[in-house]
Order: sequence, then structure tokens, then C-alpha cells
Amino acid sequence: MTHPIIQVTSVSKAFKEVRAVRELSFNIYPGEFVALLGPNGAGKTTMMEMIEGIQFPDSGVIRIDNSAWKENPARLRSLLGISLQETHFIEKLTVKETLELFASFYHESHIKISEVLHLVGLEEKSSAYTKNLSGGQKQKLALGIALLNKPQIILLDEPTTGLDPAARREVWEILHRLRQERGMTMILTTHYMDEAEFLCERIIIMDKGQILAEGTVDQLLARFNKSEKIEFGTDREIDPAIFPKDNLLKYDYLGIKWELIVNDIVNYLPGLLTEMKQREITLRSLECKKMTLDDLFITLTGRSLNE
Amino acid sequence: MNNFFRQFRLLLLAQFREFYREPEVLFWTFAFPIAMAWVLGIAFSGEREQQKNVAWVQHYTNKSVGYLFNGLEANGYKIISEQEKNVRSARFGSEEEGFTKVKFIPADYRSAEEMIKKGKATLIIVDYSDSVSYHFDHGNSDAYTTYLLLTNKLSVRNSINPSIKKLETPGLRYIDFFLPGLIAMGIMSSAMWGISFTLIERRSKKLLRRMVATPMNKNAFLLSVISGRIILSFFESLILYLFALAYFSTEVTGSIIALLLVFLAGNICFSGIAILTSSRTAKSQVGNGLINAITLPMTVCSGVFFSYHNFPEWLIPYIKILPLTILADDMRSIFIESAGLGEVLPGVVILTLLGSIITFIGAKIYKWY
Repeated sequence: MTHPIIQVTSVSKAFKEVRAVRELSFNIYPGEFVALLGPNGAGKTTMMEMIEGIQFPDSGVIRIDNSAWKENPARLRSLLGISLQETHFIEKLTVKETLELFASFYHESHIKISEVLHLVGLEEKSSAYTKNLSGGQKQKLALGIALLNKPQIILLDEPTTGLDPAARREVWEILHRLRQERGMTMILTTHYMDEAEFLCERIIIMDKGQILAEGTVDQLLARFNKSEKIEFGTDREIDPAIFPKDNLLKYDYLGIKWELIVNDIVNYLPGLLTEMKQREITLRSLECKKMTLDDLFITLTGRSLNE
Repeated sequence: MNNFFRQFRLLLLAQFREFYREPEVLFWTFAFPIAMAWVLGIAFSGEREQQKNVAWVQHYTNKSVGYLFNGLEANGYKIISEQEKNVRSARFGSEEEGFTKVKFIPADYRSAEEMIKKGKATLIIVDYSDSVSYHFDHGNSDAYTTYLLLTNKLSVRNSINPSIKKLETPGLRYIDFFLPGLIAMGIMSSAMWGISFTLIERRSKKLLRRMVATPMNKNAFLLSVISGRIILSFFESLILYLFALAYFSTEVTGSIIALLLVFLAGNICFSGIAILTSSRTAKSQVGNGLINAITLPMTVCSGVFFSYHNFPEWLIPYIKILPLTILADDMRSIFIESAGLGEVLPGVVILTLLGSIITFIGAKIYKWY
């Protein structure tokens, strides 16, 4: 693989009593789309802001395209496109005026506002005051600002938090298109597992300022040895002794339903249903699914990503 | 350099757009100071009859009239029965000196005290058969004026009658005193609220953070904020002055160049204070508190509404070094004392230096994130 475009080496950061980031190290390579996935308070935003040069580590080194922030901040600012978690704009400026204002901060004099408006799908809203934009439109504008200088690296901090599913999907489509058309490098933080899966080839799962696991979705889920999950509820209490032993890895009673981790649902399920039929047990619910990153997170921490 | 000016121009433009697209802001910036000048200018112009309310405690038993009305009538003043039950009044003065009407509102002593507490009267007069006694807070100048008026009207007239003339010449009226102070206060308020509050709000909403995450020139940003405020403040002051000129015939008797320099120095000074005030906090409530803590004492002490010479002697040297006092005094001397550049130069230098130093410190410790 080529030389990393972002190198994070043993980075730590604390705020008073809270150690937000602890000895974190990872590399990001050119053209990669990487997600920092973790629940609230995992240290994702702090890590992101240190990469963005908004905060500085207490210890450790961050190098972007071979430069540290203290060496050449102006160059790094020009390399990066940034979308912060929850940005407000000047309320009585229009979308176009906001983009023009931010464009003036970059040295490139030929930034085409119309191109950016098209890219983020805000052409029809170009004359609207930012105050009157919906949450999704504001997020698109934030993304547009991040793209003004045609950055090599784009850093997005929770770009779809608080958006409805349709708006989230629209933002995803824009990012997906950017990936295909511009070949840029992207890091995004999210606590949505599906967002990380859809947009990023590599996922870094974080909790309490540390990396819990790292890899592609397949690599991460391989930790489960391709295991799958069956969840079901019944009309009465049952004895776990009736569960067929073949292919069964683990079982657990979750208060109102049973959770069975099995090797292969297709092979396992018929045997289970036969046992229940013989004992005249009625199913109240039945759900079969592949293991997800959330399951992985629960396995690693005992908590869900959305907690 | 080109890029600096491009940023500066667009940042400045953003401020103006934000300003003129908010009709409420336009009202508070332009219409409110004019309304205030008009109301206070009229209120203290002496055009209307003044009225003083007195709580009248009758302490005589056998006679139907006490000393108060006997004394006043003996000196030739007519006691009038008002429409309100048992309320009497007397009118003093002349066309030449203006009229003052004193209303005597009957009360027992306890309810008279209540009237003082509620501000319905400023003085209690206890009316005996053969004398009166006055009860009032000696620190209350309005009460003291009423006391002096009544003792004067009750005393036996001596042969010399001093004549009283009303001052109506431009330059000697309250509005002439008030207008320069109001413009000075406008400069302070405009800078403190327009710069401090806006910047604190932009920090709290993370807009500043977003802006400095680009290669934005921070000096262009701060310069645009200060310049924008000076331009707005100029129009605000000009409109206020034109109103006073048209309505009260208030004119600038001194040097216009000196006035512009004082105006600029005042703006530089208060812009600096505003930038320092907004340099650290991201909480609007804290910002509110800080701005009030700075502006309120100056508004009260610096002689905007009334002369600071009424304050205790030991306090006056401290009041005189407040930026708003320097600004208001210099403005006033240009407006009504025909001052030129020479007279206001020390003030201009002090305000400019103070503003520059404070801006420099503010920019150094500025929390952009």
C-alpha cells in the first residue's frame, strides 16, 4: 500500500478529569473512506477535531500529507474540507452568499459556486436564507462549504445526525457520488452502523477514547466466524434442552425472547421448528438475521452503539 | 493582499446584509434613539406645566383650615379644589418663569408613608394650626425642590422679588446637554452589543470555529467587524443629529473635523473593549452579564443623562477617566462650547490608544474555537 495521507500516532487528549482520547494510533491511506464508529462520548469528535487542527493533542503526533499542524497550518487548511458536528450559519445570508463568503477564505480565485450548488443539490435553494433551510439542507450546505476548495481530504463529523431517513439517504448519495467522481479521502464519524457500512470501506470502532476493533465490515464480522442470529418468542416457557445441539454456538434468554447464535440459519432452523412442533409450542415472533456491527459492539463492550 | 480585501469586503457585506434584512434591528438602531431624544428633549424642555404631589396630613382639630392654606392664601395664592375628593392644589409661577402646580393629597401619616413608598408623592407635609412640618428624603432632589418651593411661598414676602427667566437659547437647554451624551452612549452600545454580543453568539453557535477551520485571515475578520460597526454607528449618529437639528435646532458649534475624530476615537475605543469582552466566553448569558457590567456603570455615571458633578466629590476623578465620560465630554464641548481640535486632542489620543491596546490584547487572547 502507498504512504498514508494521515498518520495518527499514540495520540492522547484529556479534558480536566476526562481522558477523551487514549494513545490512539491509525493510518488513513489516499482514496480511502474510513468511518470512526462509536457511541456518544467515544472520543470520535475530539479525535476528528485534532485531525482538523481545531484542537491539539496532549501527546502523540498527527501528520497530514507529511506535515504537522504546527509546521504549515495554511497548507493543511487548504488540503482539508471540513464539516463540523452541527454548524449554524449567518441566518440572513442566502445559501449562495454563504458559499461565496466561505469561498473568499480560500486562495483559489476560480471557485465555481454553481458547481458546488449542483454537487450538493441545493441549486433551487440558492436564494433562500440559511435560517429557512431544513436540517438536511443545512447539512448539504455544510457539505458544500467543505467541498469549496476541492479538498484532497474531507472530514465529516456526524454528517447525518438528527436527519430523517430520506434526508440521510440524500446525503449518503452525495458522498457516494463524490467518492466515485473525485477520488478523495474521507473520514467520517458516526454512531450509525448502517452509515458506516454503506459509505466506508474501513471502519474503526471506538469506545472510551480507544480503538476496539478496526477493519472492513467483512473483516470485523469475521470475528463471529460467520455466525448468525435467531430471535424468537413463544407462548410459554420452554426448556433450552430442546434446542438442537448441532450448529448451536450460544443461547441466551432476553426476558421476552430467546436469542440463539448459530453457525448457519438455513441448516439450523428446520430442526428447531420441528422440535417446537412436536411439543405443540406456538411461536409469537421469529426473526433471523446476520450479525451486525452493533452486535460486534455489544459483544466487545456489553452496550449498544446507540446508547 | 487582494485576497485580504476580497475576504474583508465579503465579511463586511455579510454584516450589512444581516443588518438591513432584519427590520427589528433597523428600528432599535435608528428609530429608538430618535424616540428617546424626542421624549427626553420634550420632557425636560419646560414647555408644559410641572406638577408636584405632596401627601397632606391634617393635624389641626378645632379650626377648619390649617396653617398651610392660611399661609398660602395670606401670600396671595389661590387654593383650588381638585376633582379628586378633598384634594387641593396651588399654582405658582408666571408665564415668564413657567408654572408649577403642587397637589395636596389628604392622607393620615401611615398612608402618607405608603404614598412615598409607591412614588405617588415625594414629600409629606404635616399641617398644624399654627405651623407646618416637612418630612422627606433629603437625598431626593425632587422632594427638596418641592420643600424649597413651599417654604418660599409660605414665608413672609420681602421687598426684593428676584426675577426668574427661562433659558431657551440653543446650547443652554437640556436637549443640548443630552444629545452629545446620547450620541456617545449610542457609540458605546452599538459597539458593545453589535460586536461583543454578535461574536459571542457566533462562537456559541460554532460559526467562528467553522470560519477559522478555513484559511480565513483573522485580521480581515476582526477589521471587518470593527469597520462595519463604525459605518453603522456613523449613520446612526448622523440620523440622530439630523433629527435634533430639525426638531430642536441643535447645532454643532465647534469643529466638524474634531467631531469626526472624536467619533472615530470613541468607536476605536469601544470596539476594542467589545473585542476584549467577547474574547473568551461562548455563553450568551455570560456575554449579557459582561456587557451590562461594563455599560451600565458608565451609562449611569458618565453624565449622559445628568451631569456627573452631582456625584460625591471623591468619585468624580474616577468618573472622569471612564471612556464614555471622555467621549461624552468631548462631544459636548464640540457641540455646545465651540471646541476645536486642540481642546479634544488629549481625549482623542487617550481613546485611540486605549482602544488599540485593548484590541491588540483581545486579538491575542481571542478564543476562536
